[in-house]
Amino acid sequence: MTLTRRELIVTLLGAPALFTSGCSASPRLPPAGELLGQSLEIGHRLRDGFRWPQPNADQWQDVGVVIVGGGVAGLSAAWRLQQNGCEDFVVLELESQPGGTSRSGRCELTPYPWGAHYLPVPLPHNHDLIRLLNEMGVVESVAEDGSPIIGEQFLCRDPDERVFVDGEWIEGLYPATGASEDDLAQLAAFRKEIDHWSAWRDAASRRAFSIPIRHATDDPEVLSLDKQSMAEWLRQHGWTSPRLHWLVDYSCRDDYGLTAEQTSAWAGVLYFAARLKEPGADHQPLMTWPAGNGRIVEHLASQAETRLKTGIAVTRIQSRQSRQRLGELRNDSPISGEIGYEVLAFNTASEQPIGFRAKSVIFAVPQFLAPRLIDGFAERTGRNAEQFEYGSWLVANVHLSRRPRESSFPLSWDNVIHDSRSLGYVVATHQSGNDHGPTVLTWYHPLCDDNAKAARQQLLKAKWSDLADVVLTDLERPHPEIRSLVTRLDVFRWGHAMIRPRPGFITSRQRREATQPDGRIHFANTDLSGIALFEEAFDHGLRAADEALASLTPNP
Amino acid sequence: MQSEDSMNRAPLFLLYLNVLIIASCGLVYELLAGTLASYLLGDSVTQFSLVIGIYLSALGAGAWVSRFVDQRLARCFIEVELAVALIGGASAPVLFLAFSSVGAFRVVLYGIVFAIGTLVGLELPLLMRLLKDHLDFEDLVSRVLTFDYLGALFASLLFPMFCVPRLGLVRTSLLCGLLNAVVGLWGTYLLRPLLSSRGLSGLRGRACLVIGLLIVGIIKADSLTTLAEEHVLGEPIVHAESTPYQRIVLTRNTRGFQLFLNGHLQFNSVDEHRYHEALVHPALSSVKSPRRVLVLGGGDGLAVREILRYPSVESVTLVDLDPGMTSLADRFPPLAELSRSSLKDRRVTIINEDAFLWVGRDVGPSSSKASTAGPFENLPHEKFDTAIIDFPDPGTFSVGKLYSTRFYRMLRERLTAEAVISVQCTSPLVAPQSYWCIVKTLESSGFHVRPYHAAVPTFGEWGFVLASSSSPLPVKLSLSSELIGPSRFLTDNILNSLFDLPPDLARVEAEVNQLNNQVLVHYYDQEWGAMK
Repeated sequence: MTLTRRELIVTLLGAPALFTSGCSASPRLPPAGELLGQSLEIGHRLRDGFRWPQPNADQWQDVGVVIVGGGVAGLSAAWRLQQNGCEDFVVLELESQPGGTSRSGRCELTPYPWGAHYLPVPLPHNHDLIRLLNEMGVVESVAEDGSPIIGEQFLCRDPDERVFVDGEWIEGLYPATGASEDDLAQLAAFRKEIDHWSAWRDAASRRAFSIPIRHATDDPEVLSLDKQSMAEWLRQHGWTSPRLHWLVDYSCRDDYGLTAEQTSAWAGVLYFAARLKEPGADHQPLMTWPAGNGRIVEHLASQAETRLKTGIAVTRIQSRQSRQRLGELRNDSPISGEIGYEVLAFNTASEQPIGFRAKSVIFAVPQFLAPRLIDGFAERTGRNAEQFEYGSWLVANVHLSRRPRESSFPLSWDNVIHDSRSLGYVVATHQSGNDHGPTVLTWYHPLCDDNAKAARQQLLKAKWSDLADVVLTDLERPHPEIRSLVTRLDVFRWGHAMIRPRPGFITSRQRREATQPDGRIHFANTDLSGIALFEEAFDHGLRAADEALASLTPNP
Repeated sequence: MQSEDSMNRAPLFLLYLNVLIIASCGLVYELLAGTLASYLLGDSVTQFSLVIGIYLSALGAGAWVSRFVDQRLARCFIEVELAVALIGGASAPVLFLAFSSVGAFRVVLYGIVFAIGTLVGLELPLLMRLLKDHLDFEDLVSRVLTFDYLGALFASLLFPMFCVPRLGLVRTSLLCGLLNAVVGLWGTYLLRPLLSSRGLSGLRGRACLVIGLLIVGIIKADSLTTLAEEHVLGEPIVHAESTPYQRIVLTRNTRGFQLFLNGHLQFNSVDEHRYHEALVHPALSSVKSPRRVLVLGGGDGLAVREILRYPSVESVTLVDLDPGMTSLADRFPPLAELSRSSLKDRRVTIINEDAFLWVGRDVGPSSSKASTAGPFENLPHEKFDTAIIDFPDPGTFSVGKLYSTRFYRMLRERLTAEAVISVQCTSPLVAPQSYWCIVKTLESSGFHVRPYHAAVPTFGEWGFVLASSSSPLPVKLSLSSELIGPSRFLTDNILNSLFDLPPDLARVEAEVNQLNNQVLVHYYDQEWGAMK
C-alpha cells in the first residue's frame, strides 16, 4: 500500500502539520533533488539467498585481515591496525563512499552531513579518541587532568541551539516559553538526579554511566534501569511536566531514534549523565564540522589509503574448516594451512566477483548481517541476532538560495521545532562562520514506530516528491517562505540506521555475547553497545583490531 | 447648464474655506518637494529655487489651460480637486520610493511638482469663474486672492512647526491629499445646482474612492519602514535602501547627515572626524612608513580617507560584507564629498565578503599547509603592516564572531611581525564589560594592547584598542610627520592623552570571547539593553 500525500504527512509529522500544509493536491516542490539510500538491491539479494558468481583463480587476493564494512567501526579498526604496524589489511565497503551513517555530501558551497554530525569532547579517560583527535589537529593541548583543549574553531559556534515554540524561536532546547514554577522545579530536580548519576562510582571507581559503555559499572542497581522505559523512570520520580517529558523525549529521539516511552531508562540516563565531567558541570562541549562526523571519516579513510575499497559487496564469509567439512577443498586449493577464511565479494562497479583469503576477519557491519554473511554462524555460536532491532531514519539536505527571514532568536547550529515529530535541522555553513547568503539545512527524522520493519517498508516505498513535500511542510511552520528559497532537496532513506536500545536489550545475554569472536572473526559495530554513538563504534573497532592482532601473533 | 439662480449665498464662505484649504495644500506639496529634494540631492538653495520655479510656472500653465475649459465648470473643478488629492497625497511616499536611484528621482520629483502646480493653477481660475455670477468682479478677486494668500501663510507656518515634526513627511502629504479629496466630495454638494445629475454618483464614488485610498495610506503609513525609522531616528530620512545584509538609512538635519545601519548610528558628519582620526592615526602613526593597510568594515570610506593621508601607503585592502555600503557614495553624493571619494582611489581594493571568511581563508589549524590557490588568491597572503578594524558593535552573533579569539588569531596570520592594529570597541562607559572583554580577547590572542578612548559627541565616550602582533607598543606616540593635510581633532598632545583612562573607565573583569561562548554578545546585549 502506498500512502497519499496527506497520509504521509500525518504519518511522519503528525496531524497538526496538516494545518500548515493546506489541502493543495500539488504543492510547490523543489526545482531539483533526488532520492538517495543504501544499496538496497545487494542487501535484498543477500537476504533472499541469491547465488553469487564465484571468483576465478586470478580474482583471489591474500591478505592478513579483511575488515568487512567501511563505517566508523571498520575504519577505526583499520586505524588501530596501522597504529600497531599492521598494514596487511583491506576494508571492504559496499557503498561508493565510506562512513556508514557518518557519511557526508558536498556541494559547491559547503560539505554537509548525511547522518551523525557532532561529537562531544571526550572525557580524559578516553585516551584513544583523544589521540585520534590530536592526529586530526583538533586538540591544541592537554590540560593537567588529561582533558583535551580543543581548537575553538572545532567547538560548536554559539548560538548552538534554539527551539521553535508557540510561533517563536527561543535560545536553548528547553521549551521555556510559558513554563510554570512547577515545570522549572521538575527540571531542576531532574538535573539534580542526573548530577547524582554523574557523580556515582562503584567500588572499582567506575562511573555509573560512561562512554564508551565498556568502562561503565556492572552494578545491578544501575543496570536495573534497563528494565523500564525512560518515560516510566520519569513518572516514577513524580515528574510529569510536559516540558520536561518533551526535552527527554526529544533527546531520546535525537540519540536513539526512539521515544522516551520506547527507550530504556538506562540508555536515557546515560545520554544525560555520561557527558558530564562532574556534578554541576555543563554537558561536554560539542565538536562539529560542516561535513558533520564525515570529517572524521575523511581522516580515517585517508589513513587507510588504497586499502579501503568501496563498491565491494561482501557476499559470503566461510572458514576453511567448514569448507573442508563440506569436501569443497581440493588438494590444489590455494588456501594454505594457516589461512583461515575466504571472503567472497562482488565488485559493484565492474560487476565481477572477487575473493580474499584472510587469516582473520573483522566484521564491522550490523549484527543482523552476521547470519546472512557468515557460513555456519548460527550453528557454531548459537546466536541469531534476532533481538537486534534497527530503526529507520529520513535525512534531507535542503539547499537554500538565502537564509529565511526571521525576527526572533537568530539561526543557530541546531534548530528544533517543538511540536514536530522531526528533529529539526542543523545548518551546514554554521561552523565555517558563514552567516549570509545561500546555505544547506540538514533535516532529520527518526521513524519511531514500534514496528520498525513495517515503517522501513513504508519509507522505502515513498517517492521523492512525497518525501520532499514532508520535509518542506515541516520547515514551513517556522519558515513560511521556505518553498521559494529551495534550490535543491535531496532525501536519504536509511533503512537500518540505528540500533534501538529498548528496555531489556542493553542487559540482554544476546547483546553481551555478540561481542565474542567466532573463531578469528571479530565483531565491531556500534550496535554491540546497544546504542548508536561514534564513541561506541570507535571503541568496538579498536577492540576488534586488538583481538585480531592478538590472534595473529603466535603465542610464545 | 443650470442657471445662476440656483446658487444661494449661504455656502459662499464655505467656498472661501475651500480656497484656503486648496492654497494651503498646494503650498505644502511644494514645500514637501523642496525639502525632499534638498535632503537627497543636497544644495538646498538650488533645490528650493528649482522646485519653486517649476511650481510657479506650472501654476501659470494651469491658469492658461483653464481657458480651454468652457463647459461643465463645476464638474471639472471637482475632477481637478480629486486629481490634486491623489497626486499630491501620494507625492511623498512616491518620492521616498524613488530614493534608491538619483536619476529616476529627479524625473519623478520635477514631474510631480509640475503636475501638482498645473492642477492647482487650474483650480483658482475655475473657482473664480464659478463664483463670478454671484459676486462683483472686484469683490471676487479680492476675496479669493485674500484667502489664497492666507492659505499660503497658514501652510508655511504649519509645515515646519507641526507637519514635519509631528506627522513626518509621508503622513503630511497623505493628509493634505485627504483634505483636497474631502473638498472635492464636499464640492459635489456645494455645487450640486451646477452639476448635472448624469454621472454625479460616479463622481462622488470616485471622490470616496480617493478618500478611501488616502485613509488606507495614512493608516498603513505607520507600518511603512521609512516612517517607523523617521520616528525612531528622529530626523528626516534622505536616503534609504535595503541590501541583502542590512538596512541602510541616511538622515539629515541642519547640522549634517547621519548613517544608520539596521537602526544603529554609524557616524554623524558633524563629528565623524573625531572618531575616524582616533581610529586610524594611533595605529598608522605607530608604524614606520605604513605600506600595506588592511581595513575590515569601514565601508563608508571615512577611515580610508584618513589612511590615504599617509604618502607611504601603497595599498589599502578594504573588506566589507555589503556592496551596497561600499558603493553608497555613488548614490548619495554628500558621502562621496565627506569621504573625499576615498574608495575610488587607485590604491584601494574593495572586497565584499564576510571578513571572518576572508581572513580565515587558507588559515588552518596549522598554517604550514601549502597554498594551492591560483594567482588571484595570492593577494590575501601578502602580509599587512597595519590593520584598522571598524566593525559594527557586537550586537549580533554574526558580528560577535568578528571579535573572537579565533578571528584575532587568524588575523595575526595576515599581519607582519611588526604590525599594529586598532579596533573600535563600543563605549567603555556604557558597556565596560563589553569593552574590556574585547581587550582581554585581544590579549589572549597574543596581541600586546593599549586601550584608549575619545570623546565623540554624537556617540559619547568611545573606546578603541591599539594592539601589536609581537613587539610591545611605544609608550609615547606622535603623529607621523608625513601626514598630508591638517587634522581637526588630533595633535601630539591630544593623541597621547587618549591613552589616559579616567577612573570611570577602569578595567573590569570579563571573560574571553570565543566562538563557542560568544560572551561578548551577551555582555553587549545586557549593557546596552540596560541603557534603553
